[in-house]
Amino acid sequence: MNPTNYLYLSAILFSIGAVGVVVRRNAIVVFMCIELMLNAANLAFVTFAKMNGNLEGQVIAFFTMVVAACEVVVGLAIIVTIFRSRRSASVDDASLLSR
Amino acid sequence: MTSDNLVYFIALPLFSAALLMLLGRKADKWGHLFATAVSASTFVIGVMEFLAMRDRAEESRAVTQKLFTWISVGDFNVDAGLLLDQLSIAFVLLITGVGTLIHVYSIAYMSEDRDRRRFFSYLNLFIAAMLLLVLGDSYLNLYVGWEGVGLASYLLIGFWNQKPEYATAAKKAFVANRVGDFGLSIAVMIAFANFGAVSFVGIEEKVGGASETALTAMGLMLLLAATGKSAQFPLQAWLGDAMAGPTPVSALIHAATMVTAGVYLITRSNFVFDNAPNAQLAVVIIGAITLLFGAIIGTAKDDIKKALAASTMSQIGYMIMATGFGPAGYAFAIMHLLTHGFFKAGMFLGAGSVMHGMNDEVNMRRYGGLAKFMPITAITFGLGYLAIIGVPPFAGFYSKDKIIETAFNAGGAQGIIFGSTALLGAIITAFYMTRVMMMTFFGNKRWADDAHPHESPFLMWAPMAVLAVGSVTSGYLLYNGKAIVNWLAPVVDPHHHEHTELLPPIVVSALAVGAVLIGVGIALAKYRGELAANAPQDVSVFTRVARRDLLQDDANEFLFMRPGQKLTEVLVKTDDKVIDGVVRGVAASTLGSARGMRKLQTGYVRNYALLILLGALAALVAILVVTL
Repeated sequence: MNPTNYLYLSAILFSIGAVGVVVRRNAIVVFMCIELMLNAANLAFVTFAKMNGNLEGQVIAFFTMVVAACEVVVGLAIIVTIFRSRRSASVDDASLLSR
Repeated sequence: MTSDNLVYFIALPLFSAALLMLLGRKADKWGHLFATAVSASTFVIGVMEFLAMRDRAEESRAVTQKLFTWISVGDFNVDAGLLLDQLSIAFVLLITGVGTLIHVYSIAYMSEDRDRRRFFSYLNLFIAAMLLLVLGDSYLNLYVGWEGVGLASYLLIGFWNQKPEYATAAKKAFVANRVGDFGLSIAVMIAFANFGAVSFVGIEEKVGGASETALTAMGLMLLLAATGKSAQFPLQAWLGDAMAGPTPVSALIHAATMVTAGVYLITRSNFVFDNAPNAQLAVVIIGAITLLFGAIIGTAKDDIKKALAASTMSQIGYMIMATGFGPAGYAFAIMHLLTHGFFKAGMFLGAGSVMHGMNDEVNMRRYGGLAKFMPITAITFGLGYLAIIGVPPFAGFYSKDKIIETAFNAGGAQGIIFGSTALLGAIITAFYMTRVMMMTFFGNKRWADDAHPHESPFLMWAPMAVLAVGSVTSGYLLYNGKAIVNWLAPVVDPHHHEHTELLPPIVVSALAVGAVLIGVGIALAKYRGELAANAPQDVSVFTRVARRDLLQDDANEFLFMRPGQKLTEVLVKTDDKVIDGVVRGVAASTLGSARGMRKLQTGYVRNYALLILLGALAALVAILVVTL
């Protein structure tokens, strides 16, 4: 199969993620969209590795996964804390800087 | 010749002034005695230097002392150096001699004042500065002394500065003097630009190669300096108000010494003026205007000190006029300066003595018939009076007569005009001084009932007596065998100019004595009988103008003060609207743009995310555009 298609898929996934981050209010969904963008990037790395015939892209993908895992831990902790204090997971409610 | 003693002239009084100021109240008990002793010691040094100088040959009489290298920049070197020559020694003896007498007088005069020590430290400061002025060997050193006497004068005029109008008088004197000082500093700059030197010797050597324009400019600036310090037209207005100071100050600073600094300056700069005839003419004109100006004011003043101050102005006008006649006049200017130092200081001390006995009353219309109560004051004052109006053989006769003679001998129309001006001045002088004499010591008693006129203590009348002796004899001593002319000749007339004679001396003397008789006669006719205790108000417009000091303050107000205030207002507005406007505008625009930019920071996470996204897109597009 033509590897370019993987890149198209990656671009579509990234765009969905990006639009999701901007559009959705729920912090959990925003979070998932960020994961989606990260994984789109991962897909692109892996595809480039396949296209160029070396392993560097694969290696970067592992790094990204580790970073994503850490990010999930920290991010979920923040979201849970916000939810506890406000009984809401809407990102628009957490807007103390606007005042 | 060099000498190591000159520095003591300045160091001793300066040390004493500093000591009395630093010790404060601790020195209250002995400060006045210490200051008087220091002043007397400078007089002793002066006499010793004079005797030593007299014994030396004429060409080696001047002595110098280099104190230290003051300025050394490239090939411009100024040493702080002192020069004592025939001209300086005359001033040194006058300053320290009259100064010491006035110190003695002040011990008694100021005995009731709780700040007597401060007064004496200022007096010593003045002595130090004045000696530096006449001993400096360059214009720059002279300038330091020049400013120093200005400071001392300011401090002493405003000595009783708890009275606001006295403090104002001090400021007025200081400001008027600043205008003159500015002229002196410009003259120094002109000298440096043209000769590359500021010392008297250095300039005198190179003066032949300079353009007349430069010399005229320098001469006019020196004249401006002289008009400021010596209260000459048009900077004369401060002297009358300067009488706010204690009377010994008026006698020492504003009669005998400081106000004659302008005469010294012009005489010292003879090498400049002798090569700049236009500047000389300006000097003569200024002197002639002032001698009439002061004399006319003197006729209208009821305040005894202000009448004497107007007289000082007029007499210095005579001296300035004499210096303008060049080598023919310098010696006579200095001679009149010395005799004037005696009789005017003596009369001021006499006025102080009268005030002392009359509860500090200064209005002559409240005096009258005081000769009976203050015989010594009346006699000493009277001798000074005879000297100033120029009755032979008193001191003023010799000196003023010689100035009138020099004026007539200037030749041509100038000689006639200035000679007659000087004669007219002599008539008016005789008139107003007779008026002062009559109103104070003779006529009917007009003082208030609580005044108890009495003779002053010994410490006050002794200096007056010494000065009175000077008023009688100094003219003869100075002029006998042309002593002063020959003494000063190496300094002021090194080339021995021949002087033409328009009128023989005896005719001029007769004219001068005639002038005196006319003036005295008019005054006697007018002020002989009973006088009212209040000045008449229904007087002619001329009297009114003279009482207002010939509108000198009104003129200054109209010409300088009001335009100055307008200019200040405009500048304040410019500063406020334009300069501050720019600053405030920058601040306001920063604030405004910050307000706009702040709207971008909404505080919503999704907004930031969108901006990041757009930024990333923009970056991508930019990379694409560049690579394609």
